[in-house]
Amino acid sequence: MALDDLYKEVILDHYKNPRNKRELPGAELTCSRNNPLCGDEITVHAHLEKDAIAGVAFEGQGCSISQASASMMTEAIAGKAVEDAKALTADFRGMMAGEVEPDEDEFGELVALKGVVKYPIRVKCAVLAWDVLQEALDGAGQAAGSAPH
Amino acid sequence: MAGVIEQKPAPLDVARIRADFPILGREFGGKPLIYLDSAATSQKPRQVIGALNDFYEKHNSNVHRGIYELAVEATELYEGARAKLAAFIGAPDPATIVFNRGTTESVNLVAHAWGRKFLKEGDEILITEMEHHSNIVPWQLAASDTGALLRYIPITDDGLLDLSQLETLLTERTRILAVTGMSNVLGTLNPVGELADAAHAVGALILVDGAQLVPHHGVDVADLDCDFLTVSGHKMLGPTASGGLYARRELLEEMGPFLGGGEMISEVFPDRATWNEVPFKFEAGTMNIAQEVGLGAAIDYLEALGMDAVREHEEEITQYAIECLTEAGAEVFGPKDAQIRGGAVSFAYKTVHPHDLAEVLNAEGISVRAGHHCAQILMRRLNVPATTRASFYVYNTKDEVDALVAAMARAEDVFG
Repeated sequence: MALDDLYKEVILDHYKNPRNKRELPGAELTCSRNNPLCGDEITVHAHLEKDAIAGVAFEGQGCSISQASASMMTEAIAGKAVEDAKALTADFRGMMAGEVEPDEDEFGELVALKGVVKYPIRVKCAVLAWDVLQEALDGAGQAAGSAPH
Repeated sequence: MAGVIEQKPAPLDVARIRADFPILGREFGGKPLIYLDSAATSQKPRQVIGALNDFYEKHNSNVHRGIYELAVEATELYEGARAKLAAFIGAPDPATIVFNRGTTESVNLVAHAWGRKFLKEGDEILITEMEHHSNIVPWQLAASDTGALLRYIPITDDGLLDLSQLETLLTERTRILAVTGMSNVLGTLNPVGELADAAHAVGALILVDGAQLVPHHGVDVADLDCDFLTVSGHKMLGPTASGGLYARRELLEEMGPFLGGGEMISEVFPDRATWNEVPFKFEAGTMNIAQEVGLGAAIDYLEALGMDAVREHEEEITQYAIECLTEAGAEVFGPKDAQIRGGAVSFAYKTVHPHDLAEVLNAEGISVRAGHHCAQILMRRLNVPATTRASFYVYNTKDEVDALVAAMARAEDVFG
């Protein structure tokens, strides 16, 4: 398998220059999770205003896929309505399960992560930040449901 | 451990050995497989694969109970494998070998059948910071059930056991010391003979996790004076789910049973049962018959090579790997002197995350392990979330170490 499918330029860019990787003072939602398989750790902070994600940031450490996915996620959901962010999360999971063909308009740069599907063991790395996001948003009480795993 | 080697054994004929391992002919993405993950599981020579086939094609039957000729053959092969394993580790009597799936099952067996029967509140179980989860979690469960306290021998920054405080850790309260013979992460060879003496001096038992030690180093349980030794057959050229537990016979006699079922009983009444003699008391249900027969073939193979020669080969390749990796800018964990360690070599490579490094190596046909290696307590002690590990066995060459180091440079191109 060609490594370029996995480590696309945009992914490496987010890994080397992560966006929104910081604390978020005033964030009312903070969730953390790790992937014990590889030691990836992600914390997502979010601040909501009127059912929309007014601010989002992440902290963590781990492999390039986990960290780039978190970075890209913060850019993709910033400013979105909570319901839309949840829908994107579901679609992103669907893409990683090979079930959803990504819509370029909806996904933007996230399409680059589609190559991870061919590396099943790394899918967990790519999905980790999104799992944390979902847990944070569910915890906000809008859609009480249990987190996966 | 083994006596002083007067004279170096003849070196292994690695080209000839490699020809015995069909899987080493595989290619990935047009590149030949370079298998550097034998600490996770070893590859199998055709002699072992042949023994499995031969068993199923000619001798398959359940063991012990059958009157017919086929069952007698199967029983002889199964019991023959037990005698081979006993001889391989210097056990005085085949009845001191309990067959099972390997180290995890063996530690669980001891933690249940010995631990639940004999441990009580105020007792202490002593393990070390470099243990594999299989020699930690069963003891946590036993401690939780019995009220015993679980304590840890720390390690030094060099990856050796820190025995400077041993007297305060190993006391008359200690009932068992459970320690790995060789770390699956650091490669460290622990002084199990000395530790056995120290444990016995305070009236404690010693269990040696032999998962990494037995495949790579000649072992003599009588010489080491250990009470329990675990063996993972799949790490020593044998089939998966082969291996077992050595235990002193009187311990096996006084321990309770582990799993209940057929074969482990002597007589069954409506409200109770009595137990079969050892080791069958611990072998409930239909066992991993073919796998243990295959392990017998693996032992034949290793004995033909000679464990001194196996050790010599690994010492050489391990020292070479440590030097090459260090020169390439990697930080190798654990002892740097191959004389006091085995061929499981964990390292950090610059800023490249282990999973990313393993992915780039995979694209070059190189199989290494990246992660916590089932040793999260040790990872925290080393202050790393994960490491990359290359591990070596009888079929590995220095050329493969060179290929590893060359491929690592490519990872730095991508991530540096």
